[in-house]
Amino acid sequence: MLTRDEVFAVLQTVPDPEVPVISVVELGVVRDVEITPDGVTVTMTPTYSGCPAMREMEADVKAALLARGVPNVTVHMTLSPAWTTDWIGEEAREKLRRYGIAPPGRADQGGFVTLTRARPAVVCPFCGSTDTVLQSEFGSTACKAIHSCRACGSPFDEFKAL
Amino acid sequence: MAHDDTESTGPTRAGVINKAPDYPIAAPRQYPIANPLAEYLLRLGDDRLVLGHRVSEWCGHGPILEEDIALSNIALDLIGHAQSILALAGTVEGQGRDEDALAYFRDGTAFRNALLVEQPNGDFAVTMVRQFLFDAYSVLLWDQLSRCAHAPLAAIAAKSLKEDRYHLRHSSEWVVRLGDGTDESHARTQAALDALWRFTGELFDRDAVDDAVAQQGIAVDHAAIRALWDTLVNDVLQRATLTRPADGGMRRGGRQGRHGEALGHMLATMQSVARAHPGATW
Repeated sequence: MLTRDEVFAVLQTVPDPEVPVISVVELGVVRDVEITPDGVTVTMTPTYSGCPAMREMEADVKAALLARGVPNVTVHMTLSPAWTTDWIGEEAREKLRRYGIAPPGRADQGGFVTLTRARPAVVCPFCGSTDTVLQSEFGSTACKAIHSCRACGSPFDEFKAL
Repeated sequence: MAHDDTESTGPTRAGVINKAPDYPIAAPRQYPIANPLAEYLLRLGDDRLVLGHRVSEWCGHGPILEEDIALSNIALDLIGHAQSILALAGTVEGQGRDEDALAYFRDGTAFRNALLVEQPNGDFAVTMVRQFLFDAYSVLLWDQLSRCAHAPLAAIAAKSLKEDRYHLRHSSEWVVRLGDGTDESHARTQAALDALWRFTGELFDRDAVDDAVAQQGIAVDHAAIRALWDTLVNDVLQRATLTRPADGGMRRGGRQGRHGEALGHMLATMQSVARAHPGATW
């Protein structure tokens, strides 16, 4: 039987199916691991409520642990506390940047919704310019927004703050 | 606001002024509800399921690629919220129905969504005005529910709130862009607002179900939500150079299962696969 740390190490090798450059642990969806007499209980939280990749992640977590000889894996889903991109660490943010995805800014902490965006410009992951334009806050996956860079002309994704 | 008009949920005929009648109208009949919390959760879940399906009808038909993607994302979020809420409703109901059973195997009269969300997509202005009017309400409601004493509901509310704030900004920006756009876009957006306004009153209604769940720690301050909604909506409409319609005869009945014709057509599509192949998995 693996220890709790060993289980985390295995999960660290399970990539996010949509952004495979970071792991499910780095994404922050693995909330806890508990070693039980029968096996392992992994507590996970969804990124977006309707994210179609969540079932994939759950299956990948079970498969990775099965491959390491842990047959009895229970995945427990929790909604609270709600997932936030603030849980993505500095190292993972650098990985996203190198992959061509601008890492998330600080998540808004509540407050009234207004039309004006107070947040700073998103930095282009390719050339580092801040002369970028938001094209759409909804991108190819639930967690990404589409931007373009005026300086280098590249379109790019931003992992949007949530 | 004070009267009830459930006879007609369609658009007003040309030349007929849509205003409250000046004679008293009987209060809607109240039926005893065995499980108010389950009923309340159905209302919350059905609003999002029906609107989510409506928005998903745009998939592949968006006016531009980015908007097609945005609408599909929004639909996915809403259906995700509905899934969480309806799963909870099924548990609270305790009759063995899960979220799929509730979504696909109830008929129209068992749906508890507000009439606003079942209105057909119309043109892009209708879709965006409907979305905006609902998003503004939904964000404020989730904000309150995220602090309620029912822990599972509070967790869903806190999560959904974060996603809905993106929706509200998106729909607000479109309403401003369309309203303060060309003569054509302005006229269409004003027409959409005029046609949909009569469905907004129902969102803020309070009845025995709300009173009963308030006893269980789910106390929503409808008046506060209404006041904030007015502020938010007025601000966006002003920027959009649109005229806020007068509160005339408000259409209601969705919360009691009295829907317009459009919902039945929508459900016929939405539920057809699940009913043709019950229990199928893939």
